[in-house]
Amino acid sequence: MRITCPHCGERDRREFTYQGASEIMARPDADAGVSAFADYLHLRDNPAGDTRDMWYHDPCGAWIVVDRNTVTHAVTGSTLAREGRT
Amino acid sequence: MRYNAWQIFKEAFTGQTGWKPVWRDPEPKKEYDIVLIGGGGHGLSTAYYLAKNHGLTNIAVLEKGYIGSGNIGRNTTIVRANYFLPGNSEFYSHSLKLWEGLESDLNYNVMHSQRGLINLFHSDGQRDAFVRRGNAMINQGDDAVLLDRDGVRQHLPYIDFDNVRFPVYGGLLHPRGGTARHDAVAWGYARGADQRGVDLIQNCEVTGIDISNGKVTGVQTSRGPIRAKKVAMVAAGRSGQVAAMAGMRLPIESHVLQAFVTEGLKPVIDHVVSFGMGHFYISQSDKGGLVFGGDLDFYSSYAQRGNLPMKEHVMEAAMTLMPMIGKAKVLRSWGGIMDMSPDGSPIIDRTHVDGLFVNCGWNYGGFKAVPASGWAYAHLIATGKPHDTAARYRLDRFTTGRGIMDEEGTGSQHNLH
Ligand SMILES: Cc1cc2nc3c(=O)[nH]c(=O)nc-3n(C[C@H](O)[C@H](O)[C@H](O)COP(=O)(O)OP(=O)(O)OC[C@H]3O[C@@H](n4cnc5c(N)ncnc54)[C@H](O)[C@@H]3O)c2cc1C
Ligand SMILES: [Zn+2]
Repeated sequence: MRITCPHCGERDRREFTYQGASEIMARPDADAGVSAFADYLHLRDNPAGDTRDMWYHDPCGAWIVVDRNTVTHAVTGSTLAREGRT
Repeated sequence: MRYNAWQIFKEAFTGQTGWKPVWRDPEPKKEYDIVLIGGGGHGLSTAYYLAKNHGLTNIAVLEKGYIGSGNIGRNTTIVRANYFLPGNSEFYSHSLKLWEGLESDLNYNVMHSQRGLINLFHSDGQRDAFVRRGNAMINQGDDAVLLDRDGVRQHLPYIDFDNVRFPVYGGLLHPRGGTARHDAVAWGYARGADQRGVDLIQNCEVTGIDISNGKVTGVQTSRGPIRAKKVAMVAAGRSGQVAAMAGMRLPIESHVLQAFVTEGLKPVIDHVVSFGMGHFYISQSDKGGLVFGGDLDFYSSYAQRGNLPMKEHVMEAAMTLMPMIGKAKVLRSWGGIMDMSPDGSPIIDRTHVDGLFVNCGWNYGGFKAVPASGWAYAHLIATGKPHDTAARYRLDRFTTGRGIMDEEGTGSQHNLH
């Protein structure tokens, strides 16, 4: 499995740390209420197939949103998290 | 047919022609009182205890593949009761007691072997943590023995005690811990449930859950619709997909866990050995293969196979702990899909839909839980009330924050348990 870091190019999966589903990019508003935050923290779509999740590139420190398939392990795209994709 | 020594003797003299299929292969009926989704260890034990403890037998277990095709046939078979948080402690203690009576209860040899489990530690801080865990186990009524370095040497003379990074300080021995034959557990429960009248329906994938006015009414399957008064989800790694059919999102992320086995060897490893700092554990199967594994691959996955980095890591940890293992040849590796929960503990509960129940979140520890999970889930489905030993496995703990059971203290990220 190889992942493309937008800064450093395509690298071995060993250089990255998985940080969970990209659902964490959609943080509820501060006044959204307790259950919205509980859902945000714990509940997951958990798709079998195409997914989007967060990876951290250990050497350069970039947070990346990666497009991936959970059944085939194919990696199809990546962007910097600060571009705001969920 | 009841299995006993006489039967074996008789078959030996009659050409082994008298053995019968162990369970029927029935057509699904139009309607059942209870439908269980998933014929893994937990689904089968639930069906068995519904019949045995509650006298309910108008039940179908719907399995999309064949019995034993999921994690129940993929795990590394460790059975233990060394948890320490209230909630987990009493549940796994109950499970181990059920294991100890399982073979005579099922009239089936599940090869339960209480060979002892040793958790190694490598620092004073770790020793303190294991003393605390051992005390919790003893307080729960289970067994734990603190071993110093020489104590470990008597049991495991072959490990490297003086590794520079992880010198062995000692270990916590759990004498009643051990292993069991995983397939036999599935087969034994399947046979017991079938004998009591439960229909085990294989190659039957549930594709929809029917709900009307907030109440469950049945399921859609690859073999047609089936009506049911109660529906119980128990699909392990596929729990998220199944729950989605009822419009639910679960606090579950599915991850792949790998395991490995070597060629068959003469007896060499007598215990279950757990090297936590190296994320490595090992035991020897009765066939002689060294069965071992490590951590998750760490990214969400539904592929029942993993990647090379974790394989390398596990092999390195094995060589670090027991250099002798370098002489063994690895025969094969495989993976299974784990239903990881945000606190590492399971869920056995009702749902917001009347008559629909959920059992999931077994992480990588659900094999040892098979008896107690089935017992508690059957109780919940039959009576509508949680069983005492599983009352803390509530779904709403992730909303209220009350009763989160984070045994490893690693926070709410699913892959870190
Ligand atoms: C490599 C590995 C090592 C492990 N080691 C241990 C260990 O040493 N000790 C321990 O305690 N635990 C261990 N585990 C964990 C343990 O195996 C699991 O937690 C446990 O088996 C899960 O419960 P189950 O047996 O019911 O799951 P499964 O056997 O996976 O049962 C779920 C079933 O549901 C079926 N299903 C899914 N979707 C549908 C649908 N839509 N319709 C119909 N059927 C469906 C699946 O086909 C499957 O058969 C390990 C797991 C793995 C993968
Ligand atoms: Zn980078």
